[in-house]
Amino acid sequence: MGIIVSLGAVLAIMVVAWIGGSISGLQPIFGVLVPYAAFAVFLVGFCRKVVDWAKSPVPFRIPTTAGQEVSLPWIKSAKLDNPSTTAGVIGRMFLEVFCFRSLFRNTRADLRSGYLYYSPSKWLWLFAIGFHYAFLIIALRHLRLFVHPIPGFVETLDAVDGMFQIGIPPIYLTDLLFVGAVTALLCRRLFLSKVRFISLPADYFPLFLLLGIGITGLLMRFVFRVDIVSVKQLANGLASLHPTVPDNIGSIFFVHVALVSTLFAYFPFSKLMHMGGVFMSPTRNLANTNRMERHENPWWTPPKFHTYAEYEDMYRDLMKEAGLPLERE
Amino acid sequence: MYDTGKVITGLVIFVGIFTFAFWYTTGTAAPRPEPKLDTPEIQKMAKKQCIEDTQFMITTHMQLLNKLRDQALRDGNRWYVNSKGEKVWISLQNTCLKCHSNKKDFCDKCHNYAGVDPYCWDCHIDPNRSEL
Repeated sequence: MGIIVSLGAVLAIMVVAWIGGSISGLQPIFGVLVPYAAFAVFLVGFCRKVVDWAKSPVPFRIPTTAGQEVSLPWIKSAKLDNPSTTAGVIGRMFLEVFCFRSLFRNTRADLRSGYLYYSPSKWLWLFAIGFHYAFLIIALRHLRLFVHPIPGFVETLDAVDGMFQIGIPPIYLTDLLFVGAVTALLCRRLFLSKVRFISLPADYFPLFLLLGIGITGLLMRFVFRVDIVSVKQLANGLASLHPTVPDNIGSIFFVHVALVSTLFAYFPFSKLMHMGGVFMSPTRNLANTNRMERHENPWWTPPKFHTYAEYEDMYRDLMKEAGLPLERE
Repeated sequence: MYDTGKVITGLVIFVGIFTFAFWYTTGTAAPRPEPKLDTPEIQKMAKKQCIEDTQFMITTHMQLLNKLRDQALRDGNRWYVNSKGEKVWISLQNTCLKCHSNKKDFCDKCHNYAGVDPYCWDCHIDPNRSEL
């Protein structure tokens, strides 16, 4: 059911954009207004979400401890898996953000002739890292359409990405990797019964959306050619805040833009916020100093004490009169 | 908010990276390139028309050139029959560049604008370039 809903939603966006993009009066809406609005929602929504997270107190250190804590000097500690210093935390965060280390640690458990075996399982890590880096490079390559003069690193990426010079225009390696990895991640949800059981529309929708973005991009490059100069004029216009909508850009371009806009607008309200979340995760970004330092509750205010000595001072005369024993005369 | 300094620094970096295109462009879009079609050879033509219609040539010339390259060099057939049934001799330097003798003001204009670096010139030369 979730699959049908998500796929239907993506297809509906594509149909609306296809029709809207083919009516020249509506092109400023789909080419300018929608992208600007989506990008604004993305930036504001992202920051609000992060600030909201930052308002949650983390009174205690709760890092995941996947190794030996620092203890006696002759016991070897796990500096990355159970960091006790800022350097260790930076190392752990670096490996997490750039190498997806926690996915790399993935294991699978299965029964083999009555015994429970744990074995490493790297497929999720492989598709995830392939997808993320391909997406990063594709996004950077798209800068050639947004800015002029084109920065050198964008041209270098472009040349390296299309280095095999297969076909005209050349096939980018990251395009293949992107579509392949997203398809694999989708197949994982569709065909692994354990994963499918826990999958929701919020899991399928981003995958269909990304697949739609990749496929419309490839179609635009290889099948339904669009005038790249007009595309750049529009994109460069958006970036310069003086947008113009040139004539005769094919509808397929507006479908691509609508899907990317949807991704931007949907981003802050979805699981995709793990982009910001990975940095905000207290199980990753805190050093395990639970025992070496005293961590005070941030909202801790010392209560007002009324000691017995003060009580006695207050009622000394009355107590003396009643013949009660006093600690101090 | 806790760790305000770190969180705000992170958000500033985030916004800075994602708005790169905006501040790099600094509010002025590059003018749209207009490839020049006023070469002597084109001006001599009664009907100014490329081998296929203009919109097709604008969007799809690279795929056509690739197809013609394969046809000429791999199949040895140097006659291209276009959509109007006319026969065209396949040769980049002798057919295409005969009319479009202004590589700098024609090819390079859009290619530089869109950041495209075609490998035509790995094998071919521009017959009209001055340093020859």
